[in-house]
Amino acid sequence: MKAKIVITPKKAVLDPQGKTVQAALEQMGYEGVTDVHVGKYLEVDLEGDDAEAWKPKIEEACHKLFSNPVIEDYEFTIE
Amino acid sequence: MDFSVLQFPGSNCDQDCIHVLRDVLGHQADYLWHKEESLGNADAIVVPGGFSYGDYLRTGSIAQFSPVMNAVKKFANEGGLVIGICNGFQILCETGLLPGALVRNRSLQFLCEQVYLKVPTQESPFTREIAMEEVIKVPIAHGEGCYFAADETLAKLKANDQILFQYASADGEITDEANPNGSMLNIAGICNEARNVCGMMPHPERASESILGEKDGLQIFEGMVLHFQGVPISKEEASAAC
Repeated sequence: MKAKIVITPKKAVLDPQGKTVQAALEQMGYEGVTDVHVGKYLEVDLEGDDAEAWKPKIEEACHKLFSNPVIEDYEFTIE
Repeated sequence: MDFSVLQFPGSNCDQDCIHVLRDVLGHQADYLWHKEESLGNADAIVVPGGFSYGDYLRTGSIAQFSPVMNAVKKFANEGGLVIGICNGFQILCETGLLPGALVRNRSLQFLCEQVYLKVPTQESPFTREIAMEEVIKVPIAHGEGCYFAADETLAKLKANDQILFQYASADGEITDEANPNGSMLNIAGICNEARNVCGMMPHPERASESILGEKDGLQIFEGMVLHFQGVPISKEEASAAC
């Protein structure tokens, strides 16, 4: 079983990486890109098959370690 | 006075801090490995700059779980003096001892240059020796020094006079041009509400001897010593400068 965690910068936080990637896309000729945010993706391998039991632990780890709630949002799935 | 300078894997400003505290200021200063669970007899803690744990995940994010940080949290909450410089500031924010966070510089560049800092308050152990409204010159060296905090946190920092250092022009103007990294309110350093914990991105330990060009940074460590010795803050300098 795996937890798949996606961390993204909060909307209010300056995201110069996202802006730079967006500018590159425009340079390449892609039209209609309205915004880019660069985040992180983590995969965590888990023992057993009880996703519900893992959920609060992963939630806690997201809050305390994987993300910094001051500047980042997170979401995850366990499957 | 007895300083302890923390060492994490990847710390690289620890020796500079030890040199300034021991050889320039003439106080006791020792390294403290991050696996230690006790601070011993330390009177003050320095969390130095560097790249603790390779900056993996986020700057300072892994260091906050080192055993020594539990002792530092306890020490800080009991009123002990703690200063975090550069990566140390990032670690103190991650630990929750200071509000806000440090994110990537708006230019995406690692910046290594001299900056001017305005010091808006003398009411802290760290700024008490810097004349009111004086502008000091101290170097920065960071890739992630852009201070971010939610609006309510910024309002609280202002209301409680917790902003200790702001990026400014040479004549003390707080302008966007003088802001090297995009920090909110040009913040270069803050303290906690109890005023015993300070975090700053610039490196005072690299500006503490005339032979190295600047010694403005020394006043920060001197302030900590005088605070520890119980010497009251001199108001004369403040009024003379006004």
